[in-house]
Amino acid sequence: MELFTNQVLAGIATGAIYACMALAVVMIYQAIDHLNFAQGEMAMFSTFISWQLMQWGVPYWGAFIIALALSFVGGIAIERILFKPLAKAPVLTNVAGFIALYAIINSSAGLIWDFTIKQYPTPFGSSPFLGSQLISTHQAGMIGVTVLLLIGLYFFFQYTRIGLAMRAAASVPESARLVGINTSWMIALGWGMASAIGAIAGMLIAPVVFLEPNMMGGVLIYGFAAAVLGGLTSPFGAVVGGFLVGIFENLAGTYIPGVGNELKLPIALALIISVLVVKPAGLFGRHIVKRV
Amino acid sequence: MSAVEDVVTEAPAVEAVPKRAMTLGTGTSVVVLLLLIAIPLFAKNFVIFQLTQLLYLGLAVLALNILTGGSGQFSLGQSAFYGIGAYVTAVMMEQFNIPYFLCLPVAAVVCFGAGFLFGQPALRLSGVYLALATFALATAMPQLLKLNFLEKWTGGVQGLVVTKPDAPFGLPMSQDMWLYYFTLVVVLAIYIFSVNLLRSRSGRAFMAIRDNEIAASAMGVNVALYKTLAFGVSAAITGVAGGLSAIAVQFVAPDSFTITLAIQLFLGMVVGGVGWLPGSIVGAAFIIFVPNIAEGISKGLSGAVFGVLLFLVIYLVPHGARQVAILGQQLAGKLRKN
Repeated sequence: MELFTNQVLAGIATGAIYACMALAVVMIYQAIDHLNFAQGEMAMFSTFISWQLMQWGVPYWGAFIIALALSFVGGIAIERILFKPLAKAPVLTNVAGFIALYAIINSSAGLIWDFTIKQYPTPFGSSPFLGSQLISTHQAGMIGVTVLLLIGLYFFFQYTRIGLAMRAAASVPESARLVGINTSWMIALGWGMASAIGAIAGMLIAPVVFLEPNMMGGVLIYGFAAAVLGGLTSPFGAVVGGFLVGIFENLAGTYIPGVGNELKLPIALALIISVLVVKPAGLFGRHIVKRV
Repeated sequence: MSAVEDVVTEAPAVEAVPKRAMTLGTGTSVVVLLLLIAIPLFAKNFVIFQLTQLLYLGLAVLALNILTGGSGQFSLGQSAFYGIGAYVTAVMMEQFNIPYFLCLPVAAVVCFGAGFLFGQPALRLSGVYLALATFALATAMPQLLKLNFLEKWTGGVQGLVVTKPDAPFGLPMSQDMWLYYFTLVVVLAIYIFSVNLLRSRSGRAFMAIRDNEIAASAMGVNVALYKTLAFGVSAAITGVAGGLSAIAVQFVAPDSFTITLAIQLFLGMVVGGVGWLPGSIVGAAFIIFVPNIAEGISKGLSGAVFGVLLFLVIYLVPHGARQVAILGQQLAGKLRKN
């Protein structure tokens, strides 16, 4: 039993990483209706910017805020310059665009900051949390930040005019336009916010997985899986999904014989798919009724 | 929005392509075929090898095109079927000494089974959910191929070396050239099969499902059967492509069949034009040659150059090579009138 609790705790700790990333994925899905494959790379780039600032002597929180602001502007810029012209193109063409963006960011980051692994500081320290060997204060801080972010987003979307406008633009663009919402800019805003949330995720994840251009590859896959499991329409679902995926992954690695590290990912994904077969819109997603 | 349930009119994720627009005219087809037959006679062995690569990757893109462009289902798991096909061929050739041309049909049958079975759970999913499911298949495949108890046949992480077949009947041809013509014949046969498939009752059923699943089922199309059938056929063709690649590359290893391959095939389909079968070869050319060109322009930034080139292509022709072909046709039509 103790092994079980320990594995669940460890799962929650890794789950916090996935939850952060899943939240960013859901944000952009809400705004543009696509999964952004370049999301992880954008987060990685933001993290590198903050690292570079710290190298130049900016204190942690200063670098954090500047990187956040730059990511927000950068996300909007990417939408305006690269993806607005593709708004009328087929969905699959857009996906190809995301892959292109992925290649561009990954390769540029490799050229600017090279591929060596770098240490990244944490503001929370890394001593054991409440005497537990499995969760460090950093991981606890990460869970805290994720929850705060979720609460913040909830209030933003439920109680502010601009949050309402963004939801309207995402769910019924035509009607939103008719009542005077600038839907095109709402999409750009969605990109900016997703990019900023991704930046937060990246800066929280970097102390755990270390900083390098490919650091987000694995994390993004789990983030997608978490978002899909929780339901792509629900930020809350994404966070729950993140923790669930972390726990799944750890329990599968411990209890199913012969799994080991190599098969962890396929098994976690297989479990998620089994859940989806029963609940096709994810655990907390809105069920969509189709008509001809 | 407070309603728990949204009601939406289903918009197809893949735009409707009429079936006549899926192929080339007879005249153009003959010209392309003659070119494909003639080029190797004047080329070096390495170029011939690259052309062979172009053909079998084109075949894999074509398979994805039948699935996505034909039946509207999206898959990131094509690399898994490609890997199964390659391994079935390699294991049969090397461990059981079965001639290569007999291995390909077996690969097709095995992959058809795998695809058909995988299509069953996939029935419940669509869009990004289906993408995730197929993605899971793609990430699992290299690990499955490395499994210990299969190592006796698959060679584990090391993979298997495949002997390249000689030209039969003492034909005065290099191995590369023989393999090229062999691949060409196989690819042509499957191309003709695919064109006819899409024109048949089954093909019409695929397209009805693609355009509107609910309407299709109301018209009496057995949605479950045809969706899984599309998966099966696509997997079978991908398997043959994988088998051809195993023979041509003379080597199979688990890490050649990762998600990267599936993404390349996807890009090939988009660049060639979703739902336009001849575009598959254009798409294959893109995924083989453009990375090389990008590397030639800048070694350190090859990924970025590739991304920029890809962006250029999708800006200029968001509908892929099909758009170019349609423009060409219209231009030719105008010239004829003048």
